[in-house]
Amino acid sequence: MNEQEIKQQVIQLLKKIAPDTEPEKLTDTENVREVLMIDSFDYLRFIVALDERFGMQTPEEDYGQLKTLGSINVYVQKKGTHPSVKEQK
Amino acid sequence: MPSLGADMEDGTLREWLVKPGDDVRRGDIIAVVETQKGLIDIEVFNNGKIDKLLVTEDQKVPVGTVMALIIADAGVVSREIKSHPDAPNSHAIDLTKESTQKRRIKISPLARKMAAENNVDTESLKGSGEGGAITRADVEQAIANKEKPHSGISASPDSIRMAVAAAMSRSNREIPHYYLELRIDMSRSLDWLKELNKNRTSEKRVLPVVLLLKAVARALRDVPQLNAVWENGLQVKEDVNIGFVVALRTGGILIPAIRNADTKNVEEMMQALSDTIVRAREMKLRSSDLSDSTITVTSLGDNSAESVLGVIYPPQVALVGFGEITEQPWAENGMLGIRPVVVATLAADHRATDGSTGSHFLAAVRKYLQHPETL
Repeated sequence: MNEQEIKQQVIQLLKKIAPDTEPEKLTDTENVREVLMIDSFDYLRFIVALDERFGMQTPEEDYGQLKTLGSINVYVQKKGTHPSVKEQK
Repeated sequence: MPSLGADMEDGTLREWLVKPGDDVRRGDIIAVVETQKGLIDIEVFNNGKIDKLLVTEDQKVPVGTVMALIIADAGVVSREIKSHPDAPNSHAIDLTKESTQKRRIKISPLARKMAAENNVDTESLKGSGEGGAITRADVEQAIANKEKPHSGISASPDSIRMAVAAAMSRSNREIPHYYLELRIDMSRSLDWLKELNKNRTSEKRVLPVVLLLKAVARALRDVPQLNAVWENGLQVKEDVNIGFVVALRTGGILIPAIRNADTKNVEEMMQALSDTIVRAREMKLRSSDLSDSTITVTSLGDNSAESVLGVIYPPQVALVGFGEITEQPWAENGMLGIRPVVVATLAADHRATDGSTGSHFLAAVRKYLQHPETL
């Protein structure tokens, strides 16, 4: 799975959690929570979905690394264990 | 028609999910009602058998209108009445002994045949023919209404805002508010939570707002005068049902209830909150979500203001607000340090309590937040 594919998957997850927003319009450096107005509750749902989709276990202290589409992408490539991520490594 | 909050004056029955003769159990969803807050599932409050449906689909009726007769398991007819707007907490069932004589239905043979073929309940139809006889046109109308799709009906942010605004105007007009605020050091709570979450997978983690809600629920046990409604005087409530303010991304708020909040442990509270917030945001609330709240809590969460001075949701007598938890300079025991701090506020009804009761309550909230292991 390349960077673009991961990004598409992340956007899909965001869209599922916040259907009335437009995550596809986010730039790689914008703060996802601020732009989409995602509260701590929906953010936790997003982390849960991310962990499930990419086979990760994101500890709370890593939340700071999951602020933008760009940083989420880097994190997923580093920590994701799902076969679809692995094959790229 | 149940009162689903002080802001509701009437509702439109969109769909019956039961028909006469059906057995119902407490908690079953028997109807869908459209309000200014969207489509709400209506639950039944006792076990029995549906005797008669009195309101037809797409009929708009005021709060308090009897919608159906249910024969309770004990054999009497219980009337599914719903509360008057001023008495939303006394709602549910009024048990009245009534004879259950069926009304003889006047209906033309053609209409009867059509009704039977299309599964239309003629008991619930109002005839427009001679002497109230049900005509073919009435049945056709009923079939058309049945087929009308209900999905896609959702309350607009404007209508939700207007409903809330009406309740808040009433609140400001009728309730003599007083306000208190207390800054609370959250370091113990957050440390405790960090430890709790450390070895948990993300889906089992607990958010700080759960501790805030738990602390409020516990403090209400210490100061029950704030867990109450004002209806011809103060009526303190036994159950602690916290109305939790959920902001909709499209605008407007909904206030579903976290029922029996004082009896839930931290995990149960997180579960109840997750379930309720998701359903609120998907506009899939049930009648029990929107009735019987005994106090309201609003937590602004991350990236927000430091404090909120709320407007009480009538007929409740108090609203508790929490701002964002932020790092603040904190002086204690002659030392200055940096602590995560939350500003807890209380808006309360001066007819019901005064500042000393309110202060006592906020101090209790602080006590619990500083001893999270007791929550």
